[in-house]
Amino acid sequence: MRRLRDMTATATSARSDLSELGRSETALRTFLHGLPGVDQVGAEQRAAQLGTRSIKTTAKAQAIDLAIRMVDLTTLEGADTPGKVRALAAKALRPDPSDPSCPHVGAVCVYPAMVPYVAEVLRGSKVHLASVATAFPSGQAPLDIKLADTRAAVAAGADEIDMVINRGAFLAGRYAEVYEEIVATKEACGDAHLKVILETGELATYDNVRRASWLAMLAGGDFIKTSTGKVPVAATLPVTLVMLEAVRDFRAATGRQVGVKPAGGIKNTKDAIKYLVMVNETVGADWLDPDWFRFGASSLLNDLLMQRTKLTTGTYSGPDYFTLD
Amino acid sequence: MSERVAVRKTYKLFIGGKFPRSESGRSYLVQDTNVSLASRKDARDAVVAARAAVKGWAGATAYNRGQILYRVAEMLEGRREQFVALGVPTGEVDAAIDRWVWYAGWADKLAQVYGGANPVAGPYFNLSAPEPTGVVAVVAPESPSLLGLVSVIAPAIVTGNTVVVAASPSAPLAAVTLAEVLATSDLPGGVVNILTGRIGETAPTLASHMDVNAIDLTGVTDAELAADLEVKAAENLKRVLRPAPADHDWTADPGITRMTTLLETKTVWHPKGV
Amino acid sequence: MFEYAPAPESRSVVDLKPSYGLFIDGTFVDPTDGGSFKSVNPASEEVLAEIAEGGGQDVDRAVRAARRAYDEVWGPMPGRDRAKYLFRIARIVQERSRELAVLESLDNGKPIRESRDVDLPLVAAHFFYYAGWADKLEHAGFGPDPRPVGVAAQVIPWNFPLLMLAWKIAPALAAGNTVVLKPAETTPLTALLFAEICQQADLPPGVVNIVTGAGDTGRALVEHPGVDKVAFTGSTDVGRAIARSVAGTRKKVTLELGGKAANIVFDDAPIDQAVEGIVNGIFFNQGHVCCAGSRLLVQENVADRVLESLKRRMAQLRVGDPLDKNTDIGAINSAAQLARIRELSDAGAAEGAERWSPPCELPDRGFWFAPTIFTGVTQAHRIAREEIFGPVLSVLTFRTPAEAVEKANNTPYGLSAGIWTDKGSRILWTADRLRAGVVWANTFNKFDPTSPFGGYKESGYGREGGRHGLEGYLNV
Repeated sequence: MRRLRDMTATATSARSDLSELGRSETALRTFLHGLPGVDQVGAEQRAAQLGTRSIKTTAKAQAIDLAIRMVDLTTLEGADTPGKVRALAAKALRPDPSDPSCPHVGAVCVYPAMVPYVAEVLRGSKVHLASVATAFPSGQAPLDIKLADTRAAVAAGADEIDMVINRGAFLAGRYAEVYEEIVATKEACGDAHLKVILETGELATYDNVRRASWLAMLAGGDFIKTSTGKVPVAATLPVTLVMLEAVRDFRAATGRQVGVKPAGGIKNTKDAIKYLVMVNETVGADWLDPDWFRFGASSLLNDLLMQRTKLTTGTYSGPDYFTLD
Repeated sequence: MSERVAVRKTYKLFIGGKFPRSESGRSYLVQDTNVSLASRKDARDAVVAARAAVKGWAGATAYNRGQILYRVAEMLEGRREQFVALGVPTGEVDAAIDRWVWYAGWADKLAQVYGGANPVAGPYFNLSAPEPTGVVAVVAPESPSLLGLVSVIAPAIVTGNTVVVAASPSAPLAAVTLAEVLATSDLPGGVVNILTGRIGETAPTLASHMDVNAIDLTGVTDAELAADLEVKAAENLKRVLRPAPADHDWTADPGITRMTTLLETKTVWHPKGV
Repeated sequence: MFEYAPAPESRSVVDLKPSYGLFIDGTFVDPTDGGSFKSVNPASEEVLAEIAEGGGQDVDRAVRAARRAYDEVWGPMPGRDRAKYLFRIARIVQERSRELAVLESLDNGKPIRESRDVDLPLVAAHFFYYAGWADKLEHAGFGPDPRPVGVAAQVIPWNFPLLMLAWKIAPALAAGNTVVLKPAETTPLTALLFAEICQQADLPPGVVNIVTGAGDTGRALVEHPGVDKVAFTGSTDVGRAIARSVAGTRKKVTLELGGKAANIVFDDAPIDQAVEGIVNGIFFNQGHVCCAGSRLLVQENVADRVLESLKRRMAQLRVGDPLDKNTDIGAINSAAQLARIRELSDAGAAEGAERWSPPCELPDRGFWFAPTIFTGVTQAHRIAREEIFGPVLSVLTFRTPAEAVEKANNTPYGLSAGIWTDKGSRILWTADRLRAGVVWANTFNKFDPTSPFGGYKESGYGREGGRHGLEGYLNV
């Protein structure tokens, strides 16, 4: 506890320095390229090692309920309809209708056009409504259109916005451009929380993931998120590890806590628990909360529910016993 | 006509590239010549000189060491008559020169033959390479006086070690003459140091010296002394080359064991990632 | 908070007998002039089994059996057939790996995570690797006609009982030698199970003999005039005694002894991975590792940052039941070793170094020591010079690369070293100058059967592993 306060105290003095970084391309570059490197093999080994933790019985039950509360139940298809997203929202509220003790999920995540239909269902609940925006998933649109996209989603009832960064600009080294887009989107969000999607599968190296994480945090992102789910490589344990290290170090430097959301590819309970173990042992209990850690997933929820039933009843369930939404 | 009075040579020790007399001021008579009788202190001085030379010699490129060793062979070739005059058979002189050339060529090859990449089961670059062990004490064989001496010095130094040699007590003149060759061959001072005198006096000092990394007992003929030296060498776990069998054929292909025993293998790992 | 529930590995996979004899000439026999001792579980002090203690006559019997097997069976056998036996052993080790891992953790105290994920896979890999050499020795680079040495006396330590057995037996057998092996007195059980594996593989009697016992048994074995080769892994003091005892003989010797490795962290290191490497370097296997990175040399301008990260990471280490799958640090192997670690740690504190351990609850029974670091250590402190062989890290700082190398090499040992920096040329510059047999750059404590392992200076001589590992078992 005391160490945390000390860190925050140190950070306060440094805070003003970091806030200046965004004003200059050179300062940003110098800062981002001055971050310690990430050794790929070492990072992947650490992630794999955390993946060998054995979470059983009471710990497993606790982890499953926490994971359910952290799910951003997502559908991002061209074929999404009001009917489809309403059903999804209903499931978000009561994932297991047969068990009232089952918690609701963290949020529903949809395209902006679907936000009004989801909002109707979620109104009055504690389930958040997230909308992707900023010309998701490529982000390849003029800035004013991306900002309009964002404002529309918020106006329609989204309280969380999942934006994509401009990977082209990032990979070309135009960090200030990426920074300014995030700042502008954050402003367009108003009170809505901003999740910044790094699309780590396109950043290619962990060094880039670390730099993009810091860039997003410096620009004011409330969450950093791995992926859109629309490119071949989505969330992985080592990428999430690097991002967790970034939010940990960012809080130590600035006093501000930023959330992390791995998204895409997390399909079953075993995977989800590996992520929770990683959160627990990398950033600690402060992040073990839906306010600070989310899973962007769809099929994960049913597996969590099946495992949950198994733990309470002792028998393995099957997909026929859970709703397909 | 009076005969010209010859200028005689003083046979001295070879330490740190210089030719000092024994600090003890002693000498002994061998082959009708007074030869320095090295003391324990001389042996310690020689170790200091050898240690000081390690950094430069081990740090020289293998190509450079090969060049210098080949230069030694060139100088030897030019002094063939001197060795013959000391009683070394012509054939032995030739064999000694050829052996020196053979070892000179090993300088930039042994790491390839004795080291290499290891295919470890993981994303790692993994390479083993030999390095010199450091300072090597050598008890040279009694005979053949020149071929034997060359056959213990060259394999030790070609890989970057430096040596302190206890020369054959009964045939020290060839050893001192070889030192004169070495001194004029671009070999840095201290790489080879040669002590003449009694093995029983210098060798125990060298065997027990904690700043000596290896000992070559090839020339020790007294089994009891050899065992005693090996016990002393154990104190800092010196690498040990045991005495050669009495019937050892010095003209045979020496193989690489003599070199490899005086080497350390260093293996370096590094992850492969982006 | 996210508390992990206990996740114990089942003991039922291990079928322990109340007592074990010596394994000589293919069968388990009672000692003739020896006695017995008990092997205990260091995590609970529970007696696991009663073990035969080999006497001088028992050692003699074993050496004779090995000689006979060498002369009559194993020596004359074609390499391709020796290979098949070694492949068989490798397979059986894989098939029985869970049993061996649990037994190793019970007897040694190491976490099951390590015995399962590190020791056992490496044991099987080692036999696989050397099996393939048995019929290719003339291609190993030691001349056209490499010959086996004869009977090998092998004495191994307690830190990696089965892995050290594999490091000794696999190359010896591949090269055509027969062996008498003495396991450490605190960890004989997996070696005895390995004897059963030899039976299961139909390995000819006498090729592998296991004589259990303590120092006297080992001495009798090493000094036996009938052995041609001595291979020892253990302390530098015992290694020195062995080097003395073989003086004047023709016995071939390889020694793998102590270490006091420097783990050098430069200011441009990948910090998070470096911290993992520091933790792995000193807390892997409770620090009972000869190549442990027991001296952290950190560049002064990043020392605070590295130490803060290190302490945070250390607080995550889970100390306790070795059979719990989530345990990171198990039990200290013996009361004697625990006493030594305590003595040196107390000396560190008394000499003025600052001691720190994360809060952690240690079990009431058994031998335990919390992961510990000392900061403000200087080269003159005992904890910077002596091998502690426990989970204790001494932290020193440096200012320039040259100073780092100088401090790293300022020790009579020279087994291993670590380098952490993002700059490639600095790695190679530093690696060139470190007097150590294994240099891990941006990683630590990695092992592989193809990779030679062994030390400079008082860390011993000879190499184990890889092509180099054959040399100690061949006359070339």
